[in-house]
Amino acid sequence: MSAHSRPLGLKTFLVGAVVVVSNVAGNALLSRGLKGRAGIFSSGPVGWVELLLNPWVTIGISLLILWAFSRMTLLSWADLSYVLPLTASGYVLTVLAGRVFLAEQVSWQRWAGSFLIVAGASLVGGTPIRTTRRRRKAP
Amino acid sequence: MKWLLVGAIVVATTCADLFQTAGMKRHGEIHDFRLGALGRALGRIVQNPLVLVSVLFMAASFGAFLVLLSITDLSFAVPATAATYVVETILARLLLKERISGKRWTGALLVAFGVVLIAL
Repeated sequence: MSAHSRPLGLKTFLVGAVVVVSNVAGNALLSRGLKGRAGIFSSGPVGWVELLLNPWVTIGISLLILWAFSRMTLLSWADLSYVLPLTASGYVLTVLAGRVFLAEQVSWQRWAGSFLIVAGASLVGGTPIRTTRRRRKAP
Repeated sequence: MKWLLVGAIVVATTCADLFQTAGMKRHGEIHDFRLGALGRALGRIVQNPLVLVSVLFMAASFGAFLVLLSITDLSFAVPATAATYVVETILARLLLKERISGKRWTGALLVAFGVVLIAL
């Protein structure tokens, strides 16, 4: 099996892990900082600045910036249709984070849905990471 | 209100992902992970017009997501927005010319069914 068709290289696994963890943690922290504060979005610039100074929101946004860059890095060699389901494992972790860290009531449907997502993501993990023509390396 | 926000997030995220993928594929594979090299790669990426357009869509999606998080549970908000999976897989095939195997379609469909269950 050539490197081109290798199902999941170490590089892809590590960057994929950064994508998933930074997304789950970032979303959980943002939820912690924003929940029940919908009014702040209509309160004008002062409210928005106040929102950005909230440490939960600040750290959450920082993690999501890390998520965006690591995801772009992953997309530089892997197909979008590969990256999307691979990173879907973040959904079950997000539901878990909501239950454990934010004390949300999670129904059986949400848990069942989470397991389906993990099953789908696992299935895609065994397919080639690129199906389009290989591009040159960036300088 | 919350489903309106979910719809806005799905549309904006789909556009962002398509532009971002096209932009990063045009940029070429990132192979040097040293800090300086990553900085130089970032410098080139931010000059890529396709990536810049994707950033605008990402910003719109993120703004709607922040509002959604303020009015509903995290365990609803994040999974509900995963409706993008099916739309994006189809568009990746049609617009980006990715070849999507039966295994990938099955995986994406399982993810989609999971998202529907979570959203119930």
